[in-house]
Amino acid sequence: MLLTRYLGEGGWWFLFAIAVIGIAVPYCNLAFQPGDPFYVSGFMVSLIGKFLTYALLAIAIDLIWGYCGILSLGHGAFFALGGYAMGMYLTRQIGDRGVYAHPVLPDFMVFSNWTELPWYWWGFDNFAFAMLMVLLVPGTLAFVFGWLAFRSRVTGVYFSIISQAMTFALMLAFFRNDMGFGGNNGLTDFKDILGFPIQARETRAGLFVASAVALMLGFMIAKAVTGSKLGQVLVAIRDAESRTRFLGYRVEHYKLFVFTLSAMMAGVAGALYVPQVGIINPGEFTPANSIEMVVWVAVGGRGTLVGAVIGAVAVNYGKTWFTTAFPEFWLFALGALFIAVTLFFPKGIVGAWNSYVGWMRAQKPDPLAYKSRDPLTLDSGRRGAPAE
Amino acid sequence: MTTAARGSILYLDGVTVSFDGFRALNGLSFVIEPGELRAIIGPNGAGKTTMMDVITGKTKPDAGEIFFEGNIDLRRYDEAAIAGLGIGRKFQKPTVFENHSVEGNLAMSLAANRSPFATLFHRPTDPERRRLTELLETVGLTRLAKNPAGDLSHGQKQWLEIGMLLAQDPKLLLVDEPAAGMTDAETEATAVLLKQIAEDHSVVVVEHDMAFVRDLGCKVTVLHEGSVLAEGSLDQVSANERVIEVYLGR
Repeated sequence: MLLTRYLGEGGWWFLFAIAVIGIAVPYCNLAFQPGDPFYVSGFMVSLIGKFLTYALLAIAIDLIWGYCGILSLGHGAFFALGGYAMGMYLTRQIGDRGVYAHPVLPDFMVFSNWTELPWYWWGFDNFAFAMLMVLLVPGTLAFVFGWLAFRSRVTGVYFSIISQAMTFALMLAFFRNDMGFGGNNGLTDFKDILGFPIQARETRAGLFVASAVALMLGFMIAKAVTGSKLGQVLVAIRDAESRTRFLGYRVEHYKLFVFTLSAMMAGVAGALYVPQVGIINPGEFTPANSIEMVVWVAVGGRGTLVGAVIGAVAVNYGKTWFTTAFPEFWLFALGALFIAVTLFFPKGIVGAWNSYVGWMRAQKPDPLAYKSRDPLTLDSGRRGAPAE
Repeated sequence: MTTAARGSILYLDGVTVSFDGFRALNGLSFVIEPGELRAIIGPNGAGKTTMMDVITGKTKPDAGEIFFEGNIDLRRYDEAAIAGLGIGRKFQKPTVFENHSVEGNLAMSLAANRSPFATLFHRPTDPERRRLTELLETVGLTRLAKNPAGDLSHGQKQWLEIGMLLAQDPKLLLVDEPAAGMTDAETEATAVLLKQIAEDHSVVVVEHDMAFVRDLGCKVTVLHEGSVLAEGSLDQVSANERVIEVYLGR
């Protein structure tokens, strides 16, 4: 298979770990009863399931930032659009079970005296169509936005700022009631998905498994892209954009490709997030959200993929704990974390771990390697402190 | 006129570029014949780098004509397209991809389809591997093939960049100060390398170092204030009074 050559040992371990989580967590939720030591609560299933979708989103951001140097501060927009596409499907599934029991129109439309379904809601009662939109809406927006930005050679901090402006503009638009997406309440009160009741333990387990599978697929795609010659060109663009151009590579096409791919991955993450948390509202578009996502990747370690996942889970676990224990200090903690990581661990958790492993090896060369070493280099291997 | 450009590999006529009123190039005209090795010299600010920028599409000229291979109007193309036409450029400051291996740098430069989808599904082929081995030997970096390019010495980076130029299989090479910051031995080796390359490519070398230009033993064009001051063999131009004035008068 094309992918296997790129995964490497670490990649296989990562997939294995996600597969174990993807099976064990829902199994322990369904097969055991509360009180049993192996029981995993429904709350934990939702929480870890949410983390899995964040992890996929983090991979999407690492793909463009870590490998191509595009710092998007608006990736939350693609996540939210994917979420809205799923939310629209779920809203249509409510049918006449809404408060106003209208056979077609969602409650918020009846409430604001709409008489018919606007055209952009057409087709969202069909699951396949909605899933297609989960990919196409973020993908198309990223393509158009990226085409305009990259063609005009908007890079660095300027790109970050306009991406932030994009998500802010979308937030304001989605807050408006006459946009037809439920205004500031967003879409919620979902009943079922593909005919399964959305609150049922089994459905939750199914969504969890789907999130784990999506994360594994996203990881494999990201690995295949970064391991290919295209991945080499992306890193070249990150390190020396103008040089890459003089080699004959159309930098804007490469950026556009990876940016669109990343936006689609973010869209899928959003689509899996919404049924697990039960709501999508314009708050998902807030610029602060997008910045937080970038912090996940910075904390985990840019350009490593696995680091992005570790960062997303670690920061969000910290957030869950913090917002319960000291809710008013969370943003300070996040800011402090970002500054600390930038100052002391510029390569994030994974980078720090790699240097630590390298340092340990220099400290204690393993006996086998010791013997086979060239006698001239023995001395450096035995030295007590790392050469600085 | 295209008729005047016929038969040449590079043709510049009356090329003018101004930055905020400062004329970096002022009616610059010269012709490079196919297969020629040409050195371009000139004091700082003579417009050497701007000339490179104009040829490679980084800067658009305000006036004048630039033709490649007699009939390709270079003003209509951007950097990537011009590289694709067969013009390779080496920068003054060696710029290699530091996080890629030496071999990786060369592999990325190899002439091939440059579209994202072609590179996404690209598999290294045997002819490509052979070409890489050949290139590594030409620039003398075989032993360091797997090392990150960031670990190379300054001189080695210059050679790697020349190798990357060759890998593109260009018709015309533009080489900006290849000997800058090199030891004497490295400079000599570089001159040998460039002469070897000039056997089957057209090469334009921009240089400061007179000893190096002498080693190249080719026709010399002297630039001054954005236009050609003198042209001929090194001995001829060094005897030219205006050249002496420009070089020694400041």
